[in-house]
Amino acid sequence: MITSLLLAAEGLAQLGCGIGAGIAVIGAGIGIGKIGGSAVDAIARQPEASGKIFTQMILTAAFVEGCALFAIAACAFLIK
Amino acid sequence: MKKIKSICLLLMIALMPLSSWANEQKEGEAIDIPEIVLHHLADAYEWHIVSDVSIPLPIIIRSSETGEWHFCTEHSLPDGFFFNPEAHGKIYEHMADGTSVRPLDLSITRNVVQIWIVVAVLLVIFLSCARWYKKHDKTDNAPKGFVGAIELLVMMINDDVIKSSIGEKHYKPYAPYLLTVFFFILVTNLLGLIPIFPGGSNVTGNINITFFLAVCTFLAVNLFGNREYWKEIFWPDVPIFLKAIPIMPAIELFGVFTKPFALMIRLFANMMAGHAMILAFTCVIFLGWTLGPTLGTSLNIFSAIMLLFMNALELLVAFVQAYVFTMLSAVFIGLAHPEHHKD
Repeated sequence: MITSLLLAAEGLAQLGCGIGAGIAVIGAGIGIGKIGGSAVDAIARQPEASGKIFTQMILTAAFVEGCALFAIAACAFLIK
Repeated sequence: MKKIKSICLLLMIALMPLSSWANEQKEGEAIDIPEIVLHHLADAYEWHIVSDVSIPLPIIIRSSETGEWHFCTEHSLPDGFFFNPEAHGKIYEHMADGTSVRPLDLSITRNVVQIWIVVAVLLVIFLSCARWYKKHDKTDNAPKGFVGAIELLVMMINDDVIKSSIGEKHYKPYAPYLLTVFFFILVTNLLGLIPIFPGGSNVTGNINITFFLAVCTFLAVNLFGNREYWKEIFWPDVPIFLKAIPIMPAIELFGVFTKPFALMIRLFANMMAGHAMILAFTCVIFLGWTLGPTLGTSLNIFSAIMLLFMNALELLVAFVQAYVFTMLSAVFIGLAHPEHHKD
């Protein structure tokens, strides 16, 4: 009984890591999607500024991706 | 364009029979992709070039038992030392009382050699550019060619990132550190994408390396902060109930540590994830060989296209991560020298 509980606990920990990483990626996807959408809208309104807008978009996407990768790194350490 | 398409098609059809050649695995024995990927992401005591050829690197260890130093390679470990498989192949020592302990290990591992190669590349690039500037004076035309390209990159970082974040007055002492960090991270990331010697070692995807870079930024921000900066952390301009029970100072102090921590994790996770994906797609090609001609070849074509795409994406990510690290370090340094506002 106790051994099966312990085995289940380790499996649950791995499951938790997987689900956590998945939820983090959903957040990153939504965030970067919004950034991309706003950037494309802005370029459509003013095509001459597309260089600056593109640079801003890449930069902000790197920040959002950094947040998601926090969660991925934490889950990777927990999966063992 | 039509010629390119027909050549590619001919090559794909002609090389399909080669799939039976390259299969070294027994049929049915699956290759362990996570283990191969983790092995290539980690540090190693040798530099493996092709299947049997590898450069053995010097191992420098100090025994915890006798206290003497040993210089050897991985083929000639002295008695009492062994590679511990539970500790990912690191060198451990059998002590007299039966325990295994990790000795003081100052070996020249693959990451160390890769950093030296990066340092050599940076020295060659920048010393040759500096020689151009010594030979010409201020009134000459701007440099052309390679020196002009390097000047473009340096001035872009200097003006857009460093000067605008730290301010005109005191950006000059920090510019050498920030430019060095940018070019070090950029060249290390780019060399990590080359699959063969002298590139291919996963340096910035190693959390110890990024930890050290984050510590450098932490020291650059906090050792040279203003009185105003420390005042805003420990006694900010907020109502008394927020700073007497130290809510705001505690949060601000926590923030002093989490900002470099975020720098460390961002660079580490981005580079490790990118290298892991490239390695995984490469391993899928080996997996495809064991699946048989039709299914395996289509899987391999898809995997090869994804591999090219991931490598191109990693080129962009290499530059963006170096830029983001430098920009955030510059912003933190700029925040450490606030002007005193008078209400």
